[in-house]
Amino acid sequence: MNWQPAAQLEQLQARAQLLARIRGFFAQREVLEVETPLLCASGITDPAIEPLKVERGVSITAPRYLQTSPEYAMKRLLAAGSGPIYQLTRAFRDGEAGGRHNPEFSILEWYRPSFDHHQLMVEVAELIIECLGEQPVEYISYQQLFQQLLAVDPHNAEAAELEELAVEYLDPGTLSGDKDLWLDLLMSHVLEPQLAGRGLCFIYDYPASQAALSQIVDVDGVPVGQRFELYVNGVELANGYRELTDAAEQRQRFEADNLRRREYALPEYPIDQHLLAALDYGLPECSGVALGVDRLLMLLTGVRDISEVLSFDWHRA
Amino acid sequence: MANYSTNEFRSGLKVMLDGDPCSILDNEFVKPGKGQAFNRVKMRNLTTGRVWERTFKSGDSLEGADVMERTMEYLYTDSEFWYFMEPDTFEQFEADAKAVGETHLWLKEQDRCEVTLYNGSPLSVAPPNFVELEITETDPGLKGDTASGGSKPATLSTGAVVKVPLFLSQGEVIRVDTRTGEYQGRASKS
Repeated sequence: MNWQPAAQLEQLQARAQLLARIRGFFAQREVLEVETPLLCASGITDPAIEPLKVERGVSITAPRYLQTSPEYAMKRLLAAGSGPIYQLTRAFRDGEAGGRHNPEFSILEWYRPSFDHHQLMVEVAELIIECLGEQPVEYISYQQLFQQLLAVDPHNAEAAELEELAVEYLDPGTLSGDKDLWLDLLMSHVLEPQLAGRGLCFIYDYPASQAALSQIVDVDGVPVGQRFELYVNGVELANGYRELTDAAEQRQRFEADNLRRREYALPEYPIDQHLLAALDYGLPECSGVALGVDRLLMLLTGVRDISEVLSFDWHRA
Repeated sequence: MANYSTNEFRSGLKVMLDGDPCSILDNEFVKPGKGQAFNRVKMRNLTTGRVWERTFKSGDSLEGADVMERTMEYLYTDSEFWYFMEPDTFEQFEADAKAVGETHLWLKEQDRCEVTLYNGSPLSVAPPNFVELEITETDPGLKGDTASGGSKPATLSTGAVVKVPLFLSQGEVIRVDTRTGEYQGRASKS
């Protein structure tokens, strides 16, 4: 039986230092550290994320879900008037295991009332530079990135055109799906590897179909989600939004998610009524971001497999 | 055969793809944070030998392939087929030229080979890493010339041609690394 940890002692020390540095960063900026429940009554409707479910226990009257991020609970705190908040916690995503994924992982999430997503990107860059040292920083829209590296406009291209493009770079076998599948495929297989030498690369203003929980606005006549992703030397590290504050639209998106789940024969999950009630009450205009702490540690210590930064990875847990 | 989902793809698993048995070499989980999860899978087509990467949606599945690797003794060839025997059961298998491929250059009777069976028939044959074969043809040996470092081609009993040092002559038995086709030394006397 292999009882020993996956990570070397130096990795555990580097993690402790990193967590202290992150807490120092937010203390200095007067962002409040908070804790919210890990085991929640609502799951997540996003069809690309699968929660783990806890079904039995004396305290369990209805199934509970291990959080996939602390987003909903933190938004309830914001609506209650918390002001700027951050949380360092664990999140769980079923089926996500690989060189850069562990089904249980450490997440840093924070919210900034009155910031738009551009202001938040600047703060994310400041934190990363404080943790990793000086790095080049670049801000590029999703559209510009596709135009620059693939000479295609992601907003106006048809699915068939993106599929043809993908076939030039890789073997997609029998893959089939909507336009977002091909955009995701090109992003993860063709573009992401090319970001390897570009330091901090913020990609912002995603197609409206990939807006997730961000506000959708018109930019040059095209609806875009005010969402951003940060890649650090080709490693996807953080995802942020100028947060959707409209309860009615939030409800519609949750319902649309569950419809897509039904279409794909995925389980449907109850909508978080607490969040909707909080949005009804009033979520302040804000931006928020979630960042993978284990990956930040991988970048800091220069290791390639996530298990090397975890005391006990999924198989040893 | 059972079906295997992408999260069960491990190095060494044999699956059917486009009608051919394939061996999985590597399986990488790729997922944009808010998007579709994929598995980028490196595999070898066991019929053609081609190695490449194909991308699947996470959760897709493939049928397992009835592929087994067995250590067998090489018996003989009648030029159309090469015959192998399972040493425990004495069961015999015939492999055609397609399955044997270039391996025929290293097959010596009674040597142990790795035979890959697909649906019970040989699909490919891997020779032992080292074989000892007799030189059947080479330029006359230069006696005592062990220092000059030159080499010459030598034809072996199987038809393979390898570069050998100048001092070796016809009738001598040499040891060859079948992975590189390189001369390793004179065979140990036994």
